[in-house]
Amino acid sequence: MSNNHTGKVITANDLLNGDVVYINSQLKWALRLSDAKVFIDDASFEKALTHVNKQQNEVVGIYSININLSDTGIAPNHFREKFRNNGPSNYNHGKQSEVL
Amino acid sequence: MYNYSEFDDAFIKERNYQFRNQVKRRVNGDLTEDEFKPLRLMNGLYLQLHAYMLRVAIPYGTLNSSQMNKLAMIADRWDKGYGHFTTRQNIQFNWPKLTDVPDILDALAEVKMHAIQTSGNTIRNVTADHFSGAAADEVEDPRPYAELIRQWSTDHPEFQFLPRKFKVSVTGSKNDRAVIHAHDIGLRVLHNDGKIGFQVIVGGGLGRTPMIGKVINSFLPEQDLLPYLEAIVSVWNILGRRDNKYKSRIKITVHEHGIEKIREIVDERFAKIKRSFSGVNKELFSEIKSAFLPSLLKLQGIGDFEFAYENDALFRSWVDTNTHKHKSSNYIIASISLKNHGETPGDATSDQMRMIADIAQRYSHDEIRISHEQNIILPHVHKSDLAQVFSLLKSVNLNTANIGLISDIIACPGMDYCALATARSIPIAQEIAMRFDDLKLEHKIGHIQIKISGCINACGHHHVGHIGILGLDRAGVENYQITLGGSSTEATAIGERAGPGFSASTIVPAIEKIILFYLKVRLGEYESFIQTYRRLGLEPFKKVLYPSVSKSFKTSGEANAA
Amino acid sequence: MTQIISDSGFELPKEAINYSAWSNIIAGNVAIDIPSDADLDLLSGDLNRFKIIRINFPTFADGRGFTIAKLIRIRGYKGHIRATGYIIPDQYAMARRSGFDDVEISQSLAKRQTESEWLFRANWREHDYQKRLGFNKD
Repeated sequence: MSNNHTGKVITANDLLNGDVVYINSQLKWALRLSDAKVFIDDASFEKALTHVNKQQNEVVGIYSININLSDTGIAPNHFREKFRNNGPSNYNHGKQSEVL
Repeated sequence: MYNYSEFDDAFIKERNYQFRNQVKRRVNGDLTEDEFKPLRLMNGLYLQLHAYMLRVAIPYGTLNSSQMNKLAMIADRWDKGYGHFTTRQNIQFNWPKLTDVPDILDALAEVKMHAIQTSGNTIRNVTADHFSGAAADEVEDPRPYAELIRQWSTDHPEFQFLPRKFKVSVTGSKNDRAVIHAHDIGLRVLHNDGKIGFQVIVGGGLGRTPMIGKVINSFLPEQDLLPYLEAIVSVWNILGRRDNKYKSRIKITVHEHGIEKIREIVDERFAKIKRSFSGVNKELFSEIKSAFLPSLLKLQGIGDFEFAYENDALFRSWVDTNTHKHKSSNYIIASISLKNHGETPGDATSDQMRMIADIAQRYSHDEIRISHEQNIILPHVHKSDLAQVFSLLKSVNLNTANIGLISDIIACPGMDYCALATARSIPIAQEIAMRFDDLKLEHKIGHIQIKISGCINACGHHHVGHIGILGLDRAGVENYQITLGGSSTEATAIGERAGPGFSASTIVPAIEKIILFYLKVRLGEYESFIQTYRRLGLEPFKKVLYPSVSKSFKTSGEANAA
Repeated sequence: MTQIISDSGFELPKEAINYSAWSNIIAGNVAIDIPSDADLDLLSGDLNRFKIIRINFPTFADGRGFTIAKLIRIRGYKGHIRATGYIIPDQYAMARRSGFDDVEISQSLAKRQTESEWLFRANWREHDYQKRLGFNKD
């Protein structure tokens, strides 16, 4: 609920099938938040953002989200991103139901 | 119902061909997303939270069994086995893949359906009274006019890049079941001195600044319909603000210029447009009109309907809540509730869709309607068939007897699906329905409309709910504001905000407090919630929701007096 | 150098045209530029004194130009109307049906929106619902 974050990840939706994706350390798009690269400093973040903004043919709507990195892994700060990473709460659809 | 002509078929085929090409150009980079986005929106394809979403048009909420069967097939083949029916009488598929959409559109074209202009800054699906052509209280079936408006607005060269979206609704009854006062243009078909015409209402809308529409023309002659609508949209295309998307809708334009000024400018534009309008081809229109004429109704008696009604308590309960008077006395309008307690409002599985199609073909003159309340209507059921219809609905769990009751909730998809949402709406709807089912109070409460929106865009129409719930994000937590006293009927009213919002865990108890208070103070069981509210006003309900506030107010008042 | 697009595809402009700016209409000039937010009421008199009227689309999402062209035709203008600015091939039919004679775009836009894309949408006379319903009778 607070604005504390220990990093950012870059996210988008896959152009062809709309899946939520995150940029990983190879600067490729990954399906799992746990595979996302956590950016701590602005310089590497800006560099990565510039690079992915050129990949407009693979994804749609690139933006960054604030996350907390802890022993249990990467957790988005805001509830919207938690839903986006999980899937809807009314059916077992989306990422929560898929073997990735 | 209207059957597409060769012209319509050819149009869709060409349109789909164009879209397939646009998808190809997007995938290979010839179109940027900025360029592709308005084009895919024009074909009903959104990008949502988890996936794309395809919104298929159901013109004026009317479809037949082969179309419903096709929707079921699409759900199974290209989606996750279900569809969501919306407050604008459309259907949404939540999980299509971009590269499958051209195939989905081709499948839709086989049954003369499409997703054209269900999104984007264009004229959207024209909605209509879901009891059109059936209800006893109807003066004139509005759907032939809805069909004319659909054709006129389709691929209109001037109006594909409007300041914002534009929504039209039509009704042919004094009892407004089409929410015409909350649309950009609302039309009521009238008779005056033996002639057909329209009351034209302009500038209604919900969303961030809800407004009730104003009458721009109290009787527009039938033959002037299309050029007059063209004049309104033409005027707005130029005047509508493009600097601030929250001030673009025509309701703001009317508010800023005044209805008199707008009427003046529209009349001027109408006079010019009319000069080059030859009138709708008489043959074309009479073909359209005859397509909507009531099919040959069965003349036989109502069979054992009375017997079943007297002796089957479940059937009786369902008839009492879910049916409506038909213009023909041996027939009845049956509503299928898509609001099973604890399920997602407006959703139907592909199996349920196929059963509805089968029932409609056999027992409703092959006609189905979608209501803006997210339920399904069988408009022409002969009373002798009703018990069998009920039995078939039971077999697919579509027999919930709650139309118009507290669990018949309208809810937008909210943050479970929608990229614009600020909070979830579906879980709240589920909880409210289950709570009042548990309390066994639904029938005691009687008629009440709860409407839930997951953000300020108000797709759940919360402003015009007797109880409206608006889900917002307050400091990173879902927070729900209550409005009271809205109404979506001909006595349209915008609900009043009760006070500070409630958390996800306290909103349902808050609703419960309101309802229990209503039950305590109503003047007997025949005074509905909205009637009690109109009698008492907001204050007593506020005190019930925020007792400590009023207590402290009282204390400080006494202290000041001392 | 801009690219002109007509029903037969790409053409280069035949001549250099000196358009009067909307804010400074030079008397006697037969070519005029109209911006997308122009109030047409400010342009009085018989528009047929112009040979060519050019209407600007600052972004393709701004559809006012289509109505402006239509209003100009309603006033009886028989001359040439050209659409210019940020227009995509998918808007070609809209432009022709609204009263434009052709479209003018930059070379850089033309590189991405190639001639074949424009020709693909050149069949603007077909599938015209509005005409079928009685509008724009000649």
